[in-house]
Order: sequence, then C-alpha cells, then structure tokens
Amino acid sequence: MRVVRVLAYGWYFRMKMLMRSSFNSWLGVLYPLFFATVAFFMFKSGASSKPLLYSSLGAAVMGVWSNTATPAGSALAQERWHGTLELEVAAPVNFALILLPLTIAMSTIGIYSMAATLLWGWVVFGIPLHITDPLAFVLAVPATVASIGALGFVLAVAFVRFRQAWALGNMLEYPVWLISGFLVPLSLFPGWVRPISWLLAPTWGIRAIRGAALTGASYGDIGMALGVGAAYVVIGILLVQRALHAARARGTLSLT
Amino acid sequence: MTSIRVFLVGGLISYRALFSWLNPWVYIPSFLVMPIFQILLFVYIGRSAKLQSDSFYVIGNALQFAAIPCLFAMANTIAGERNQQTLGYILITPARRLPLFLGRALPVATNGFFVALFALVAGSAIVGTHIAASGYAPIVLVIAVSAFACTGLGLINAAIGLVARETAVLSNILFGVLLVLSGANVPLHDLPTVLRVVAEGIPLTHGIAAARRLAAGSSFGSVLGLVGAEVLIGFVYAAVGYALIRGTETLSRRRATLERA
Repeated sequence: MRVVRVLAYGWYFRMKMLMRSSFNSWLGVLYPLFFATVAFFMFKSGASSKPLLYSSLGAAVMGVWSNTATPAGSALAQERWHGTLELEVAAPVNFALILLPLTIAMSTIGIYSMAATLLWGWVVFGIPLHITDPLAFVLAVPATVASIGALGFVLAVAFVRFRQAWALGNMLEYPVWLISGFLVPLSLFPGWVRPISWLLAPTWGIRAIRGAALTGASYGDIGMALGVGAAYVVIGILLVQRALHAARARGTLSLT
Repeated sequence: MTSIRVFLVGGLISYRALFSWLNPWVYIPSFLVMPIFQILLFVYIGRSAKLQSDSFYVIGNALQFAAIPCLFAMANTIAGERNQQTLGYILITPARRLPLFLGRALPVATNGFFVALFALVAGSAIVGTHIAASGYAPIVLVIAVSAFACTGLGLINAAIGLVARETAVLSNILFGVLLVLSGANVPLHDLPTVLRVVAEGIPLTHGIAAARRLAAGSSFGSVLGLVGAEVLIGFVYAAVGYALIRGTETLSRRRATLERA
C-alpha cells in the first residue's frame, strides 16, 4: 500500500511540476504536431494503400515518446541542478519509486499530444477516428503510455553517469519513432531490425492501439506492451541499485 | 579594425564560451547522429507513403537540419549570456552592435553548413542515393547559402530571446515550421496555396529546391534564380533580425527586463 501511495503521489506531483514548464507541456503537444502534419501531407499525397487513420494513430503515439525521450534522458541531471538528487536518494523509500513516477508522468503528458494529433488529423485533414474495439483501445492507450514511461525510466537510469544525458535522450527520439513502426510498417526494414523493434515497448503499444482502432483484436499486443514495460522496470530497478552504489562509493552523486 | 576584431574574435570566443554542445557528448548525437536518423525516418515514411524518391528526402532533410544549429545557436547567443549573467556587460560595452551580433552569427552559419554537408554525404552513402558529379561543388555552395539564410532567421529568434525567456520552445517551433513548409518532405505543390505562399518567403525552401535540381544533373546556371532568392531571403531576415535585436535591446532597457525576460 505504501508503494502504491508513493507511486501515485509521485506521479501526481511530477505531473503538476511538468505542466508548469512550457517546454514540457505545450511544446510537448505542439512539437509532434509538426511531424504529424508532414506525415499527413505525405500519406495524403502519396499512393499508399493504408488508411489515413493508420498514420494518424502512429503520429499520435510519436508524441508520447517525444514527451518522454529527452526529458527522461535529462531527468537525473535536472535533479542535480535543482540540488534535490541527494535528498531523494537519502529518502527512506527506494529511489526507483521516486524516479519511476517521474518518467510515467512525462509519458502521461504525451496523452495530450495524442489527443491533439488525433484532433488535428480530424479537423484539418478530415481523418475520422473510428474505433473498432473501444474497450481494447481504452486499455491500449494507458498500457502504451505506462510502457513508454517504463522505457524512459531505463533511459534515465542508464544515462545517470552522463552529464549531457539530455543529448543522448534527444538522439533516441528519431530511432524509436522509426523502428517501432509508428509510421512505417516493420516489413519495410531489413530483417535484422525487427528483433530490435520487438524489444521496444512502443512497438507493441502502437500495434495494440492500431489493432484496437483498425482491426479489433489487440489484447495480445496490450499484454506484450505491459510485459515488456514490466521488464524495463525490473532492469531499471537493478540498474538504479548499481548506479547508486557506484556513485556513493566514488562520491560522484552530485557531480555535474 | 576594432570592429573587425569584435566581429571575428568576439564571435568565435562567444561561440566557444556559450555552447556546451561543443562537447563531443553533445555534438556527435545532436549534430551528426540525429540528422542521419531524421533522413532515415523520412526516407522510410516516403517509401511507405509512396510519394517521392529517396534522394528527395535525403537532400531535403540534410539541408533542413541546418536549422537546428542555426536557430538554437543564435538564440543561445542571447539566452546563454543571460544564463551566465553577462548579457548586461555585453550590452553596456561601447562596441558597435553590427559586428558584435553579426560576429556571433558567423560561427553559427559555419557550423550549420558543416552539419548539413555531413548529413548529406553520410545520408547519401547510407541510403545509396546518387548525386550527379557535376553537382557536388554547386551543392556545397547552395548548402552554404542555405545555412546563411537560416542564420538570418536565427537572428530574429535571438532578438525575441531578448524579451522572451523560452528560446528553446521558440527554436523548436521554428524548426517545425521549416520542416513542414520548406519542401524538405512535402512537395510544395501538395501544400495549400496559403502555405505555399508562406513557403516561398522562408529560408531553406529555395536552397533545397536548388540542391535537388543540381543533384539531378541541372547546371548551376539553371538554378541561379533559386540561389539568388535564398541569398535575398537570408539578407532580408538578417536585416530584420538585426533591427529587431536593436529594438528589443532598447525595449528591455526601458522596461528593465534584460535579466529576467
């Protein structure tokens, strides 16, 4: 119960803080719209046989990752700059329980971006949102957001030793957009790319959302997104322990 | 002589001093890796949408990516000084403003040129697109002109940085506008008329069009009009940017908002 309370309050307060930043709030909504607009124009003018809703849903989920990648990469550096990292590490709860709600909050802001992209596609490009399986869709969206937040958690922990971690997080924005199949079917990539895609939770998330909207049965993909996301959390927790132990042993926790 | 020193030495020192991204941990992912993945992203979206050839996206996105160093770096010449609390010292100096601010633009444009050139060479090699041999030298010139024009827009961005705090937000928005309107990914004739008219007046549009024609084998003479338009747009934006910087400098002094924006 204590763990749930820490996660819930952590998520709530992090959301409030992130929403005060124009970089993390309305730019997070606006920036993916530019990419969505380009994609809408391209698919509308091109000869692809895929329905425009295919690209609309992909562009919508791009925003979730966009809102997570760079902020998650720089999450610990931000705490250092604010002088709060030592306090959080010294708190009598596992540091992972403090960091995980932060990255989940980042991906949650992506829901605004998703909604804005779908609305933009509908109003400006005339792409209606027909959901074949509403229940699966309602389950797929939070599952995708949570699993992308979990991926951000791993990034935040993995980049703990890098001062310029934001640049590494930023660098990963396009590759994940590309190989998760947001706008490009995985069948177009070389064979060696696909196993990498399967390791990425966003791949299963977009499959689940797209399946619920276009074909109907996507509960297996929802389960995969949640499963891969849970694996990220376990990996992240193990990495946090190692990183904190190393930082304490070397006295480098607040090194900036 | 003093103005030349302020222009060259001052600009270079400012660039080196203000940009943490001259660190390889920032430069390599942000300026060498990201443009390649932007190219790959749109090449594959293009293949999926069945709209244009690979070289269309390689050239378009390589040149469009010059916007990242040009827009962000120019804005940082103001915001960075504010963060370091040196903006007041800079603006109180008796140095002439023209070499002071344009000197800061020179390394920005040079970096934008190298980033776009690297993206084009690496992107072409990875995707396997062909560029006509006769086009190499003129394309290098077109990239230089495009980076200069984009730096002009960066000057306007820097001017707004004197009165607005969130320069990173504005830079990202301008980057997005260029992504949609410059013709990097969407052929201009597929844009609505209003957007097409706007596209004709922004940096990179004519440069990208010229580079594509040169890559296809056209002579430099046949794209002189496009190159001239890009140069003209660059000068107009730079002039407006410089005027805005002077105007917002005065405004920020009058309202005492220099340090807080």
